[in-house]
Amino acid sequence: MKIAIPIDESKTNVCPSFGRALYFLIADTDTGENTIIDNPATSSAGGAGIKAAQTVIDQNVKALLTPRCGQNAAEVFAAAGITLYQTVSESIDDTIAAFQKGKLAALQNIHPGFHGHGGK
Amino acid sequence: MKIAVLSGKGGTGKTLVAVNLADVATNSVYTDCDVEEPNGHLFFKPTEISYQPVSMSIPTIDNNLCSGCRICVDFCRFNALAFIAGKPVLFEDLCHSCGGCAMLCPKSAITEKQNTIGKVMTGNSQNVTIITGILNTGRASGVPVIREVMRCLNNKTGLAVIDCPPGSACVVMESIKDADYCVLVAEPTIFGLHNLQMVTELVQLFHKPFGVVLNKCTAEANPSESYCKNKKLTILARIPFDKELGEISSNGEIAVRCKPAWHEFFLKLLDIIIKEAGYEADTHNQR
Ligand code: SF4
Ligand code: SF4
Repeated sequence: MKIAIPIDESKTNVCPSFGRALYFLIADTDTGENTIIDNPATSSAGGAGIKAAQTVIDQNVKALLTPRCGQNAAEVFAAAGITLYQTVSESIDDTIAAFQKGKLAALQNIHPGFHGHGGK
Repeated sequence: MKIAVLSGKGGTGKTLVAVNLADVATNSVYTDCDVEEPNGHLFFKPTEISYQPVSMSIPTIDNNLCSGCRICVDFCRFNALAFIAGKPVLFEDLCHSCGGCAMLCPKSAITEKQNTIGKVMTGNSQNVTIITGILNTGRASGVPVIREVMRCLNNKTGLAVIDCPPGSACVVMESIKDADYCVLVAEPTIFGLHNLQMVTELVQLFHKPFGVVLNKCTAEANPSESYCKNKKLTILARIPFDKELGEISSNGEIAVRCKPAWHEFFLKLLDIIIKEAGYEADTHNQR
């Protein structure tokens, strides 16, 4: 099963933000194969959450492991049938291990979206 | 002349200043751009009210015609379209009504329909014309409503006082775009200072001449005032913390209509603003 995790510039830690993460780790839990892809939404003016979510669903993942997620992105994932899990550790390895043991809870931290031009 | 009144958050006295400034002028238009929560009209209680709807064209996608080519999704630079399970899905709040997706769709699966997103209310109260922008709840962007408000304003004569939305988002930028002078209302707290800094940066970004009105002033230290002095910002007036003024406002009354002392106060403030605006305009011309 393929899963996605937002990661920061170190490429070894989970990024606290989903939509603005620099990269996504796409991990295949069956083969143990990991790939890192760019998040094109980092440079987008508006709708970053949707663009980031689009990038992830285009990878055919079944689950997203993230500390938080915006409302719009969460809607895209819901429509695409992707389950969201809450990460508890900064370490990617711990996060994947916890997921495989079924220890991650469903994501609670869904925040309202910001309209295109920045916060209020 | 157009004066924009703004602050970093609601409840700082922004509406109080805007309403009273508009009321002391002999011929004025109070313009409420705080479209999510317009409340200036509650003070003016305007009569002879008329409404004008504001709509926006939003694409609708016919899934039966759609071939799933994804052209529309890849085109939309506002990311208002997502591609889910082989079909485009619209996120209406992010759509800027550019019409591009409908134009590009090879299957003509996208048509545009008009969606009402709010309205503009116009009315009168004594010497003041009141224009109020009202955004339907749940709508993310009030920009189209503010544009319509501005169009209505440009058909009127007299001094315009624009009550801006709180914060520094795109709706605020839209509201101050045409302003000749900006009045920043600040509270005497650390939090108030933070908000003042935020709006100061915004008006400076737009190269607008501006001054600060310090509200709820007491004998205690005022971080906002110290900031103004450090940054050499113009302090237009200090409104004292006044229980009676608070009561007048919470009763939905207009201070300058209730008490001659307040009338004098705001008339003087208006005078200062007009002089400042003129002075500032001159220094700009000399550059
Ligand atoms: S009208 Fe423009 S902004 Fe709206 S969905 Fe279509 S392409 Fe995107
Ligand atoms: S461009 Fe038209 S046909 Fe292609 S995905 Fe969009 S709606 Fe469907």
